[in-house]
Amino acid sequence: MKLFFLALLLFGLPATNALAALDPALVKQLAAEESDDKISAIQQLSADASPEAVKVLKAMAEDALLVTGETVFILEGEDGNLALDAATGKLVVPAPKTYESITVNNRVRSTLTNALAAMRLFDPDRAVRLVAATELQSNAGIEMVPILARALAKEADAEILTLLKQAHAQANLANPDAAARLAAVDVLAKSTSPASRGLLLPLLEPANEPDVKVREAAGQAIKAIESRLVLGEILGQIFSGLSLGSILLLAALGLAIIYGVMGVINMAHGELLMVGAYATYFIQTLFRATLPDYVDWYLLAAIPVAFLVAALVGMLLERTVIRHLYGRPLETLLATWGLSLILIQAARMLFGAQNVAVANPVWMSGGVEIMAGLVLPWNRIVIIGFTLFVLTLVWVLMQKTRLGLFVRAVTQNRAMAGCVGVPTARVDTLAFGLGAGIAGLGGVALSQIANVGPDMGQGYIVDSFLVVVLGGVGQLAGAVWAALGLGVVTKFLEGWSGAVIAKIVVLVIVILVIQKRPQGLFALKGRSVDN
Amino acid sequence: MQTRRNFLKMTVLSSLMTLSGLASFSVLAADTIKVGILHSLSGTMAISETALKETALMTIDQINKAGGVMGKQLVPVVVDPASNWPLFAEKARQLLAQDKVDVVFGNWTSVSRKSVLPVFKELNGLLFYPVQYEGEELEKNVFYTGAAPNQQAIPAVEYLMSKDGGSAKRWVLLGTDYVYPRTTNKILRAFLKSKGVADADIMEEYTPFGHSDYQTIIAKIKKFAGEGKKTAVVSTINGDSNVPFYKELGNAGLKATDVPVVAFSVGEEELRGVDTKPLVGHLAAWNYFQSIKNPENTKFIKMYRDWAKKQKLPNADTVVTNDPMEATYVGIHMWKQAVEKAKSTDVDKVIAAMAGQTFKAPSGFVLTMDEKNHHLHKPVFIGEVKGDGQFNVVWKTKGPVRAQPWSPYIVGNDKKKDVPDSK
Repeated sequence: MKLFFLALLLFGLPATNALAALDPALVKQLAAEESDDKISAIQQLSADASPEAVKVLKAMAEDALLVTGETVFILEGEDGNLALDAATGKLVVPAPKTYESITVNNRVRSTLTNALAAMRLFDPDRAVRLVAATELQSNAGIEMVPILARALAKEADAEILTLLKQAHAQANLANPDAAARLAAVDVLAKSTSPASRGLLLPLLEPANEPDVKVREAAGQAIKAIESRLVLGEILGQIFSGLSLGSILLLAALGLAIIYGVMGVINMAHGELLMVGAYATYFIQTLFRATLPDYVDWYLLAAIPVAFLVAALVGMLLERTVIRHLYGRPLETLLATWGLSLILIQAARMLFGAQNVAVANPVWMSGGVEIMAGLVLPWNRIVIIGFTLFVLTLVWVLMQKTRLGLFVRAVTQNRAMAGCVGVPTARVDTLAFGLGAGIAGLGGVALSQIANVGPDMGQGYIVDSFLVVVLGGVGQLAGAVWAALGLGVVTKFLEGWSGAVIAKIVVLVIVILVIQKRPQGLFALKGRSVDN
Repeated sequence: MQTRRNFLKMTVLSSLMTLSGLASFSVLAADTIKVGILHSLSGTMAISETALKETALMTIDQINKAGGVMGKQLVPVVVDPASNWPLFAEKARQLLAQDKVDVVFGNWTSVSRKSVLPVFKELNGLLFYPVQYEGEELEKNVFYTGAAPNQQAIPAVEYLMSKDGGSAKRWVLLGTDYVYPRTTNKILRAFLKSKGVADADIMEEYTPFGHSDYQTIIAKIKKFAGEGKKTAVVSTINGDSNVPFYKELGNAGLKATDVPVVAFSVGEEELRGVDTKPLVGHLAAWNYFQSIKNPENTKFIKMYRDWAKKQKLPNADTVVTNDPMEATYVGIHMWKQAVEKAKSTDVDKVIAAMAGQTFKAPSGFVLTMDEKNHHLHKPVFIGEVKGDGQFNVVWKTKGPVRAQPWSPYIVGNDKKKDVPDSK
């Protein structure tokens, strides 16, 4: 950024002096009290797309266009201590001491972004033009018709041309000429954007659209767009269901192992998630302090750390408390509940009672538009991928390693496994550590979408148990299907009835299923199961 | 035998402790005044309420350094009701009956206030409530230093209906599922109807406390907004759910220029945990913003920053001030003035002395406690989120507005009295 300003300073200054300055009256009008005045000034300034106008409007959009008394200026230079008059580009002497930035409200900002985008339509770089044309897809007003027409005439790239045609059509919807409106509706009918539907809907009312032909065309266009949108909507719901399911799975997978092997109802499981999330926070802080250049990649480092820390905490709990209570489910339930309180309080004392901020790395922010009206947020896509990774890891560990074999043996028949020489006590500790470590990984994922605070785990413990109970004990497949099923069902119910009712209905469904199948959906079959 | 002896020991010990405690208390009582602070320091509301506890402690410290109240030092008694509504009532009882505090500053959510009300009425305590709320309440034992609906919600909606606010025609009323959002939305629905908005153009949606998955709701809002009329969202989401809500909003690419979201429970403090760049332009309505420029506010901000550094609060270098903090600050000062006027901390005398108290607040206005209805006259500001997490004031009232705790948009309220029933 600094370099950019420096460059502007080096090249911009002489250029400004050589070129014609902006109309000072218009520039002053940018600081007017009324939004209407500001908007008309922006529109007039942007009409000729001069580089000076771009610079001033850009500064205004970034809250960097400042005003003191009658002077409108921009701060530049290495330390931002050079005040340049916005209209003339000359140095303001003496530099103003007190100033305010020009207030930009949503209405002005929308005009401003459109004006800036429109001016960038003439940029020689294709990528810049593409972004600009994309930005103009919503709320292009009638006043933009001339500049869009000019850009259309010049544009050669097919993709940008399509976007421009849509923006042009959109702006033309307010054209007093009925023929122009009809043409605009025809163009919009072909568009895939949900915004087009919103633009066309008002045209159905005779009060807004006097021309019958345009009304009919709009009606047909809306039908065409709607049929395309339905698919996107359903896919969107399935995606959010999968996303919720993947989070439930990450939260419940560790619990499934612990409960499956040892029959321990681990009420402190949510707190192991919390440990993982705080480990992520800790790594983030560490990266910010020591490796600020690589801060976007802290998450990768957090994964093994969170696993190890949570696993160690888990093994410690098992060694010190839980192992003494095997075979006494009620006591373990109470003891682990107590442990959860201790862990919550410990986190509160170490990190404070308030939530801590774990930022999404840049590559996990924002979303990708898969199809019209369907934006998938990156952080959720990454978490689904991460869940798959953890699942594979656990599967390999359980099916292909000696430890996995032992764990499965102990799950199926503890006494028999002990008889043939499986060190059941050590397997217990390791399995507990493994379950806790997976919970730690879940914590890493949660830190990216939910709040990280001392009692964050409490919100997931019930859901995790739902998954384990519904899926049945001792099988990974059970947990997977139960988590994804619960996720998708919850999301469809939420869409239909709201979040509060959805939660209740899901609980009722689970109760009904458990009544029919007390062993869960996917129980181990055969005589090998204890009890 | 062993246990019996232990039991005896314990009894003697504890009675000794009680005695010594009582003794020290009677010595202290002569030259100090006890002040209760009842804010959640853990749980879902800690994100908002912790700062209020700090503000209260800071203000008490400031008053003590200036000589206290009537020459007596204030002693704060801090309890943590942990975002647990029944626990609020228990802690309130503890403060009033056991610690014998003369006044309590506390609560954020309306459900917690409703939970402590019977206790304050029964024990004739005094509560200062610093947060905007839904109205529909007027209690002799409570002073409301936050906004009533006509001092926050209604002006915000009117702004969004105006040309500058984007002339919104369709409305999403989104909130956490409890008494404040439900009542506020009831008032807003009636208000919108009176402005000619059809029921089909209003969508009401609620989530549980601590909800963290806003995908479906954002998708619903997008769909609802795509019906051809300008749509605005009125958010009464409370507590830390706001962080995932705004994160999801940013990720889904719902921009303020398309669908503005105006929030009544989100201020500078709640936005500290969020990357605000994608949120630029979303709005909040309050009676104070940190970005307001005046000498009172500069002093207030500096005082809080210094306090945060001195107390080594987490992230002390980035602390912010917000509306309920200002209301807490104003409330404590007004209570001090009332005590000095009444020359007593007796609850009934202080209540009488509160009427008509004035205080020059950091919002830049002289705020007046209404003669009758226990609410402050407050100015209203509407701010847009900036990239740095602060707010840009885009609209404000000319002066303080008198509170209407009984909203005229709820049927039957015209018959209610504007003064609390005395006992």
